[in-house]
Amino acid sequence: MPAPQCASCHKARAALRRPRSGQALCTTCFCASFEAEVLHTVVAGRLLPPGAVVAVGASGGKDSTVLAHVLRELAPHLGISLHLVAVDEGIGGYRDAALAAVRRQAARWELPLTVVAYAELFGGWTMDAVARSTAGSGRSRSCCTFCGVLRRRALEEGARRVGATHVVTGHNADDMAETVLMNFLRGDAGRLARGGGLGSPGEGGALPRCRPLQLASQKEVVLYAHFRRLDYFSEECVYAPEAFRGHARDLLKLLEAARPSAVLDLVHSAERLALAPAARPPPPGACSRCGALASRALCQACALLDGLNRGRPRLAIGKGRRGLDEEGPPGRRGSHSRPDPPLRSPSPASRDSSSPLGSDDVGVRGRL
Amino acid sequence: MAAPLSVQVEFGGGAELLFDGVKKHQVTLPGQEEPWDIRNLLVWIKKNLLKERPELFIRGDSVRPGILVLVNDADWELLGELDYQLQDQDSILFISTLHGG
Repeated sequence: MPAPQCASCHKARAALRRPRSGQALCTTCFCASFEAEVLHTVVAGRLLPPGAVVAVGASGGKDSTVLAHVLRELAPHLGISLHLVAVDEGIGGYRDAALAAVRRQAARWELPLTVVAYAELFGGWTMDAVARSTAGSGRSRSCCTFCGVLRRRALEEGARRVGATHVVTGHNADDMAETVLMNFLRGDAGRLARGGGLGSPGEGGALPRCRPLQLASQKEVVLYAHFRRLDYFSEECVYAPEAFRGHARDLLKLLEAARPSAVLDLVHSAERLALAPAARPPPPGACSRCGALASRALCQACALLDGLNRGRPRLAIGKGRRGLDEEGPPGRRGSHSRPDPPLRSPSPASRDSSSPLGSDDVGVRGRL
Repeated sequence: MAAPLSVQVEFGGGAELLFDGVKKHQVTLPGQEEPWDIRNLLVWIKKNLLKERPELFIRGDSVRPGILVLVNDADWELLGELDYQLQDQDSILFISTLHGG
């Protein structure tokens, strides 16, 4: 059967149906609608005020490519300036090719680009080194857990270096829905409590962060990139097949086939979730080591790096208190409401670092 | 009874990796008893073009969820998906969305 007419301009042939409205649109009207929606998301949510210096997390992939392209079109209208920040996690055979794509984009769009590397920020701990350190820890590979935390920290650091006032990332509706599923599947009450919403306002000194594409389905992001002929890097990270997110993604794809609105509905459900009092996380404090926002003595990044440096990579992985409890002295009271035990001071064999950022911890290099 | 057809089959978004990295394939589909629809095209692709790991491209008689199908730059959803009857000189593009962004 021939494609229907565009419901907007009634002139051209429709190219797709927008999942949310069911409206059939031609490529021109779809691209315009997509861009208008991003603009609306930003303006209605007051996400990027005039004068904002916006650090765009750029991986070379489809989402950040579309994000940077659209924001660049909207920048004059919004009165913002853009700066691409790319994170080099140190994944051989993958990240180098992706960074090449980012460099091409920066040149084509004439946008400044800053690259921050794990190796430099985290005392030599590249993702390849983390993967070697966590291999054989049983169950599925947990190096992706490290990457999620460390990449956010690296992006924050890169944004600071360029004097940004805001950070944006290209997460789309599917990513958000997958995260909601993952948090439920892992019983992560803390993240569920913080989940939903258009972005974090930047508590504890962190830069405000938002996701302008979060109402766009992944399919629309890919089609937008295709219709606008945007060049992006489309290989899967070498560690991704073993990441837990893959299970959530498979489930989401099946759900979406049965009920296309399931993706956005999941995100909306998470936004409206209210946790039982016992499940609510304690108000966050500051990391005792680096000062970043933390709900325990150490922020996640410091706790993960600590575990790596001590040769106990699984130290900080695991929900709530369980990770740090591994380190608690024996014979403590069994009550679950006890405060976190203080971390014992590191053994002489593993050098302690005063800050995970810019550390030159000699003890780490032996593990590379 | 279907006449032979000349179509362009394209792969993107990483899907080309399953086809020796070749993105564009100019293809002549032979005349046959059954009509040339997308369903039969997939069978033909699996047999003649797919180089490795069919489960990453095909599930059942359709494409794996997460792989978009465009016919002449239009979403196959608008055209009847597997039942769309191929025309001579059609361009069918398969884009994988199954990777990080």
